[in-house]
Amino acid sequence: MAEKVLMKGNEALAEAALRAGSRFYSGYPITPQTEILEYLSTRMAEVGGFFVQAESELCGINMVFGAAAAGARAFTTSSGPGYSLKQEGISYLAANDLPAVIIDVMRIGSGLGDIFMGQGDYWQLTRGGGHGDYRTIVLAPNSVQENVEMVQKAFDLAEQYLHPVIIASDAGIGQMMEPVELPDFKEHDVNKFDWAVRGCKENENPRYCQNIYYNMWDEEYPLVKEYGDYPTYLTKKYATIEENEQRWESYQVEDAEVVLVAYGSSSRVAKDTVDTARAQGFKLGLIRPITLWPFPKKAFAEAKAAKAFCTVEVNILGQMGDDVRLATEGKFPVGFAGNFFAVPDPDDIIATAKALLK
Amino acid sequence: MIEIRFAGFGGQGILTTGMICATAGMDLGKNVTWYPSYGSQMRGGTANCSVKFDDKAIASPFLKNVDILCAMNTPSLDMFQAELKPGAVVFVDSGVVPEDHPIREDVKVVRVPVNEIAHKAGNPRGANLVMLGAMAAHTDIFTVEEITKAVEKFFKKKGIDNPKNLDCLKLGSEC
Repeated sequence: MAEKVLMKGNEALAEAALRAGSRFYSGYPITPQTEILEYLSTRMAEVGGFFVQAESELCGINMVFGAAAAGARAFTTSSGPGYSLKQEGISYLAANDLPAVIIDVMRIGSGLGDIFMGQGDYWQLTRGGGHGDYRTIVLAPNSVQENVEMVQKAFDLAEQYLHPVIIASDAGIGQMMEPVELPDFKEHDVNKFDWAVRGCKENENPRYCQNIYYNMWDEEYPLVKEYGDYPTYLTKKYATIEENEQRWESYQVEDAEVVLVAYGSSSRVAKDTVDTARAQGFKLGLIRPITLWPFPKKAFAEAKAAKAFCTVEVNILGQMGDDVRLATEGKFPVGFAGNFFAVPDPDDIIATAKALLK
Repeated sequence: MIEIRFAGFGGQGILTTGMICATAGMDLGKNVTWYPSYGSQMRGGTANCSVKFDDKAIASPFLKNVDILCAMNTPSLDMFQAELKPGAVVFVDSGVVPEDHPIREDVKVVRVPVNEIAHKAGNPRGANLVMLGAMAAHTDIFTVEEITKAVEKFFKKKGIDNPKNLDCLKLGSEC
């Protein structure tokens, strides 16, 4: 394995995207993800790729659309308000079955909020965010090392399902430095896809990248020809992803009285809290969703002794609680140990979890 | 678990000092995290970063019970005294923090004239390295040799070769 280097989460993610074969980035600066642009502004040229500091987030995501349509491994990044601006483009990527990777280094609050660590974008990330019938695959790293691994995985999943994939990072992961092992460089061949809009040769069928809704009744349109109709195709696509791509980490779940559910920065504190609680004789466990969508419903079958669940998040409304209630079919109390402007404190988490048993 | 806070003026190399410290921890085989303050700051304003060392996985990069505070100016000392553990070690730049400035009585204070020493060594920007040298001498988080290796590695990676950096480190370790 490669030697460990000390790197900031944002920079390690940027380097890992290049090592995954990405040679196109366009985005716009916003704290706490600006180091990604800063890093790529010099590093992308060294590997022979294209870095564009776009005039806005909207432009950034739409350039990614263009690059993805042409077969490139393209990505963009933002945070909070800037991520909101990208929603239209992400909806277009989904509607056109295009693989692209978008990273949201979450900060805190709605509106301008603030630049500090937060996990306030869960609803937006997991429900689609933009208009129309779509959701995106959402991966949630909880360390600098996972930032590196997940950006590579994100490109693979995006191309496997022809779908945008989001990485839900947060300022805690993005700003932090940790020792990390970087993977080797992989090549990406922009000509490898038979669907990429790169011009067609004589006698070849024209390649499409256009609004499916204009073609969904055309029996000769390739997708309609294969699946019968667009709704069948779309329903199957989402069902397949939901069945195959649920990812999670379980920690001391089987005999836990209360199971914490946490992702990203919060999940590290939640795991530590499980150890602290067990040392006090209180059986806590942790389910850490690694995919926020598809939400790892399968993980909850393991919680055989659970009397309650409790999400640990850095936001005010406890956004992930909805998905925990759905995954447990509303049969258990679902608490929320939250904090604002800081990661939740283990003692507070334990107190909240205990109160659920009363 | 060791929690270390570096704080001082912006532009003084506070974040870099923390990175070198984290590099030393990493090379000792510890789990380490480094976290900056990244709010809107100005040159001459305050800057700080958090470093953690642990043998087990580190849950949060944020600090709670600080073992070591390295305060390169008086506002930093005032701001971060409260989070110190009883028995913590506080390093202050005695050139800028007045001798009679109130510091908690349950902590150990090491006063180092870092700027004066760095100037004498002909390396005025090496005050932070003087401080790292003093930290090696007065705590057991790393030895002088270990932090010397980390400093060499850190600057080599940046393409900087300034032998006076190591002089600063050595002079600090003699404080």
